[in-house]
Amino acid sequence: MTPLAAVARTAEGFLERVEDWDPALAAEIAAESGVGELSPRHWLVIEYMRKTFIATGSAPTIRTLGKESGVAIKELYLLFPKGPAKLAAKIAGIPKPHGCI
Amino acid sequence: MTTTLAQDIGAPDAIGAAAPITKVSIIISKGSLEGIYPGLIMANGARMEGIEANVFFTFFGMDAINKARHEQIKVATVGNPGLHLATWLGGFPGISAMVTKQMAKSMEKLDIPPIPEFIEMIADSGGRLFACKASVEMFDLAKDDFIPQVEGIITVGEFYQMAAGGQIIFT
Repeated sequence: MTPLAAVARTAEGFLERVEDWDPALAAEIAAESGVGELSPRHWLVIEYMRKTFIATGSAPTIRTLGKESGVAIKELYLLFPKGPAKLAAKIAGIPKPHGCI
Repeated sequence: MTTTLAQDIGAPDAIGAAAPITKVSIIISKGSLEGIYPGLIMANGARMEGIEANVFFTFFGMDAINKARHEQIKVATVGNPGLHLATWLGGFPGISAMVTKQMAKSMEKLDIPPIPEFIEMIADSGGRLFACKASVEMFDLAKDDFIPQVEGIITVGEFYQMAAGGQIIFT
């Protein structure tokens, strides 16, 4: 059994518990969601997501991500083509973002 | 056998089972703040879900991409019963600006960007922006009047071609 199969996840594949996360799981989720191998740019976003969620209790919006993660919006969509906020949250092991923005 | 409305429109448990939306083409036809934002939120929301998004600006909706006007979009305070403001008061000088300012403040709290920034964001996220040819001619505008993110001025026919295979949303 892979480490990912051993942790509790929602129907959409988000981790149930933030504390279950580790970088190896992140790589596995990234591969599974079609993001592929994680580059240092991906990691910048993932680490920012985790840091913000742990500090504030909610995931940052795309706007905030673009302004503060160090990766601009254009690149965010290149790194996570199927939706940066949702995918980066999933890979970062935090709950699915619920905002409309 | 009779079917219930919920069955007809797809009960909640059927959500997700239907084929996902992969493309939306959104028409923005109104020039007031409350006429422009919903389309932008739908377009940005589509890109956030990895859905392809085209935005077609027509009639006064073109103010949203007009360089000279996109920073001055106001809430309509006359003829807008949703505001619950007396009509005579809505027409008073400065009221529209005041209500717009208040709304901008509450949107900033929710991290909703001002219109120029929002449109730039949609373009950066891969959403495509177009102006309506008939409206451009009617208002005697040219490509130079629009922000650089506007890809082109297209006909209704071209819009339909581009929208093929996706959903069209008129706002």
